Amino acid sequence: MSDVKKIATRESYGKALLELGKLHDDVVVLDADLACATKTGVFQKEFPERHIDCGIAESNMIGVAAGIATTGKVPFASSFAMFAAGRAFEQIRNSIGYPHLNVKIGATHAGISVGEDGATHQCNEDIALMRTIPGMVIINPSDGVEAEAAVKAAYEYVGPVYMRFGRFAIPVINDREDYKFELGKGVVLREGKDVTIIASGLPVAACLEAAERLAEDGIDAKVVNIHTIKPLDEELVIKSAKETGKVVTVEEHSVIGGLGSAVCDVLSENAPTKVMKIGVNDTFGESGPAAELIKKYGLDADSIYNKIKTFV
Amino acid sequence: MNKLELMKTANEIRKGIVEAVHSAKSGHPGGSLSAADIFTYLYFEEMNIEPQNPKKEDRDRFVLSKGHTAPGLYSTLAHRGFFPVEDLKTLRHVGSYLQGHPDMKHIPGVDMSSGSLGQGISAAVGMALSAKLSNADYRVYTLLGDGEIQEGQVWEASMLAASRKLDNLVVIVDNNNLQIDGTIEEVNSPYPIDKKFEAFNFHVINIDGNDFDQIDAAFKEAKTIKGQPTAIIAKTIKGKGVSFMEDQVSWHGAAPNDEQFAIAMEDLKKAGEALCQM
Repeated sequence: MSDVKKIATRESYGKALLELGKLHDDVVVLDADLACATKTGVFQKEFPERHIDCGIAESNMIGVAAGIATTGKVPFASSFAMFAAGRAFEQIRNSIGYPHLNVKIGATHAGISVGEDGATHQCNEDIALMRTIPGMVIINPSDGVEAEAAVKAAYEYVGPVYMRFGRFAIPVINDREDYKFELGKGVVLREGKDVTIIASGLPVAACLEAAERLAEDGIDAKVVNIHTIKPLDEELVIKSAKETGKVVTVEEHSVIGGLGSAVCDVLSENAPTKVMKIGVNDTFGESGPAAELIKKYGLDADSIYNKIKTFV
Repeated sequence: MNKLELMKTANEIRKGIVEAVHSAKSGHPGGSLSAADIFTYLYFEEMNIEPQNPKKEDRDRFVLSKGHTAPGLYSTLAHRGFFPVEDLKTLRHVGSYLQGHPDMKHIPGVDMSSGSLGQGISAAVGMALSAKLSNADYRVYTLLGDGEIQEGQVWEASMLAASRKLDNLVVIVDNNNLQIDGTIEEVNSPYPIDKKFEAFNFHVINIDGNDFDQIDAAFKEAKTIKGQPTAIIAKTIKGKGVSFMEDQVSWHGAAPNDEQFAIAMEDLKKAGEALCQM
């Protein structure tokens, strides 16, 4: 796939913020000394007065964002997923979630694809944490196109939104004329009748590739992209499970509490189905180039294909 | 309001605190009573607010960072006309809008939900920053406990407030010297509090927080300060106004029983009568 265009979703976050900033005076962007890495630097350059670097103090940044939101502006608080969802979990829960304030959290460097920085910076728990907060919307885009659309949709939506972005450049799969982002709606990328692969974020592209290879073996896999993990498109999940009988979930997140768990929650109650969860198992990550880690942790097309072969 | 009127009002607010906590059979009377004079001054003298229009855009904002002293804030808001005084008796009851800690979604006049210590000051900094961004001239006030400033987030917020030269922000520390586990010195001393805020580039004013002359002078001084936020370190007496609660750590988070309630209300009734003789 070397000729495929690749963009890191964090780049798209910055780009979308810049566009939103030009259109809307109420957009304010906050960072915690990582503007270069969260890619909000482009916004900072254009609108320095509306960019607030809070320094290395994420808990305070979340609270400051909450305070700004009470005055009617729309703050985008940006940091690595580990420090936003992780370190500042309770601030997000109590200062943003409980009063249901209109704060957008841009969490970059999620998952093992952070790469060389290793386990301390590889957040595989953020979706699990954010899912437990009542009223929190969680978006995990599958490529740059979707990420940009997601940021704009998050601005339009009134209420707290957690957006998850990656450091690593990933294939663009949604670059088509009729692409439309609808909050809370899953997207069927490929129809199939033998198994449904429900994926989110970085591994969606690999799932499409795995599905093509399964097809060569006579296995017809449906591929669903879930960009909004909460609220989950329950209707599509249930419908797909009933159609194909078996479900595989794929995510760059712990298999505990993420997309896989969300899908199982829905299916166990509405359409009990055998589900295989592919993700980061109950383990910490490690240092290494992102592409190698993605292979080692089983989120590349080969690994996904092989696992599904044992399941179907 | 003149000083005597403020004192009478504060006494009524103290009655409301005791009634609310007694009715709830739980809550935090000690720190509500210690800060009652500050609450009174803010809402009856200092702040630009309209009880009939609690969300008025250019209003001054208040964040109760020490959110557990909600009875103090609620009694003040009720006496100021934001909601009926009778509702104070529903505090902490199932179905009441008067939650154990401030809830901005349901309580008229509450500008920020709070209760998890250390978080309110950050929201106040955000409000003050937003005013600067909009060239709005409203001011932002936040009240912290002296135990609360053990939270690291308080200092993250303070650093940013001074770094951003938020002269529209006033941080008040209710220095009643007691926290749940003992005196603040016994637990983990934050002293010297004034020197700490000075080191964080605040303009610092030390006062007796139960003396309206000193409270009045401090808030007037804060308004003259340009280019830096102000911290008012208010030395107070925990449980102030109720004889058996004063300076007693056990009254941090306990409700009076019926007998104690009667004594407390009698104390406040006598104090009120004495004020009427002045």
